[in-house]
Amino acid sequence: MKIGDLTELATQNLREALLRNSLTTLGIAVGVASLVAMLSLGVGLQDLINRRLERNGLFDTVLVRPRTSFNATGQIRRNRDFGPDRTNERTNGRADDRKSDDRKQDDARRDPADSDIVSRPLDKDARRELAQLPHVLEVYPEFRFTGDLRFGTAGHLTQVTSLPASASTSDGLEGMQGRFFSAPEAHEIILQADAAADLADSQHLQPADMLGKDLVLRYAGREPLPATSPNSRARDRAANADDAAFGFSIISERISLRVVGIVDAETVASGANAFGRSGAYVPLAVAEELGVVQGNDMGEVVRESALGGNGQHYTNLTVRVERPADVPAVEDSARRMGYAPFSLLDLTRNLRRLFAILDLLLGIFGSLALAVASLGIINTLVMAILERRREIGVLKALGASDKDVRQLFFAEAGVMGLLGGAGGVALGWAIGRLIQLGTNYYLRQQQIPPENIWTVPVWLVASAIVFSLVVSLAAGLYPASRAARLDPVEALRYE
Amino acid sequence: MTEPKTEPSTASKIGSATESKTTSTLPANGAAIRTKQLTRHYRLGDSVIRAVDGITLDVHAGEFLAFLGASGSGKSSLLNLLAGLDHPTSGAVFVLGRELGRMTSLELSRHRNQTIGIVFQSFNLLPRMTVMENVELPLRLAEVPRASRPARVKEALERVGLGERLAHRPGELSGGEQQRVAIARAMVNRPRILLADEPTGNLDSNTGEEILRLISGINRPSDHSSDGEEPTAVLVVTHERALAEHYAGRIVTLADGRIERIEQR
Repeated sequence: MKIGDLTELATQNLREALLRNSLTTLGIAVGVASLVAMLSLGVGLQDLINRRLERNGLFDTVLVRPRTSFNATGQIRRNRDFGPDRTNERTNGRADDRKSDDRKQDDARRDPADSDIVSRPLDKDARRELAQLPHVLEVYPEFRFTGDLRFGTAGHLTQVTSLPASASTSDGLEGMQGRFFSAPEAHEIILQADAAADLADSQHLQPADMLGKDLVLRYAGREPLPATSPNSRARDRAANADDAAFGFSIISERISLRVVGIVDAETVASGANAFGRSGAYVPLAVAEELGVVQGNDMGEVVRESALGGNGQHYTNLTVRVERPADVPAVEDSARRMGYAPFSLLDLTRNLRRLFAILDLLLGIFGSLALAVASLGIINTLVMAILERRREIGVLKALGASDKDVRQLFFAEAGVMGLLGGAGGVALGWAIGRLIQLGTNYYLRQQQIPPENIWTVPVWLVASAIVFSLVVSLAAGLYPASRAARLDPVEALRYE
Repeated sequence: MTEPKTEPSTASKIGSATESKTTSTLPANGAAIRTKQLTRHYRLGDSVIRAVDGITLDVHAGEFLAFLGASGSGKSSLLNLLAGLDHPTSGAVFVLGRELGRMTSLELSRHRNQTIGIVFQSFNLLPRMTVMENVELPLRLAEVPRASRPARVKEALERVGLGERLAHRPGELSGGEQQRVAIARAMVNRPRILLADEPTGNLDSNTGEEILRLISGINRPSDHSSDGEEPTAVLVVTHERALAEHYAGRIVTLADGRIERIEQR
């Protein structure tokens, strides 16, 4: 029989026992709906977290640090290719040259990849070079320093963090009172709510009243060393031509900033390294201009004096790329340039694996309902065989082959599967929508902004209908083959 | 007796692409059906029921043959064997020269669809389908193109006098009308053989006679010779001797699964 005739007859047969077949189809629809609702929730949650992480710049950033390693005795072996370890050289003289060469060979044996890569300092040249890599949107350092916020007579000691312009879309700024910095170089500051409350309280103001107020930020600033130092130790160093003086004086500096925003979050992530809590945020360009002393500057002074470098070095640089897919290429380039890149994309692979397992589990639970529904199909079709036994006999007497009878019952199972699948997708969509509405209502009650936790992608719709069809056909296998095997003489005798 | 030869089809007029696979010309002696020592035994507990017990019979093309006999004499069992609905315990059935026992399941289905037409005592129309859909069913099974089906159905129904009842359902028809629809359904594929199992059994005597007259009209080629139609052999199982004597060319009386008597009319 042709497929058009089969479908027509199958639909006609299904209309005959309308209530029973509708209930069976509804059973399939409920099964598919549970599957769709579960998976759409899983997909929605995954999308939500991905969106959050991407908005925070955690997926599309690479943290670039200088390549640093230590040998067995704990000695720093950094910028090895820029020159031998001069501390050793000074104490042991030329005799150590051979040892140094031996050590390089040891290194090469231990880490062949490292031996081919030149380690370089992370300075302004490096920043420029990284910015020129393909698909790189921006490269910026992070400044974190201790500052004293002065407002009137009140003071508030806190961590101050620099924010690049791209951080304006960060999740941490969600619900911010006021606005983001008006310009990259604007002398403005965003306060964390606790800091704002502390300062406002001293003047008997509300925290929101701090917006538009000017305050003073006191911080530890650098002052370059004089060209020739009267210090005797400096004179000693100057005697050694290879060991140029490096260092700075630390002095108390101050700058006046206008409060433009107040945020609740203690962390405004602006890149892969921005996880520390802060009480205040200043524009990146302003932080750079301040020349603040950061916590790790002491280590830099020690290293620079040992290595003979000059100019400002960054502890790390955040490289923001166009898309998360560009991260591996940029990481490779940075590695080839002699740096140690790191991205959260590597860590999120585990997160993605977790979501895959979650989706699988949700899919299995959703499929259980469909499996139960498939038993309904078997039951309905077996009942139909009993009721339509004589009809099957008549069909065979009129020339229906075993294959025709089998296909007819298959088609009936298929039609129920298709209708159930389509109905189930609609029902699942409605259930998901209800969950979404309920969740958002609850979040609003809790003063939390609504979230989209539910997504029904096209692939899920198509897969659910196909899955429903396949399950229904599989359920129809036994009844169809049983109907096809019916002895026509026995069937015709059946009353 | 020599074995009938199977030859390429020239006899069938059915417009289906599959017809040539199941039909063939008549054997040399013109037998549409030939049975050889045909037996069908059923086992019921420890006893064996010999429903058909060694029947050898030739039915000629265009012949009207009636099977008479008491209940349980093996009439319906014999008809089921000739229709290819049942398999013999031993012996053979040749229809238009082909042995049914050597046919595959699919070939037997085609045989039932195109070579023979079957009419039952209880009509066996599908109640949810209209008259038109019931008659169309064998055409669907034969995969006759959809466009040519309405004309074929209408022609078959007009032949039984129900050309105006296409949209009715079986429940809306009288018993005689339902049997006419069943005859139209049996004949819509223009088979060479019509098998009727007690076609008047559920009808009053007048209606029964009408039905047998109709079947007789299908059997007689002279009525339709103008369009070159081949004669249709008719085998009717009945209890009614009077009707059988009136319409049948030969009456075969069965008893205990055997041929008791053959009367040539």
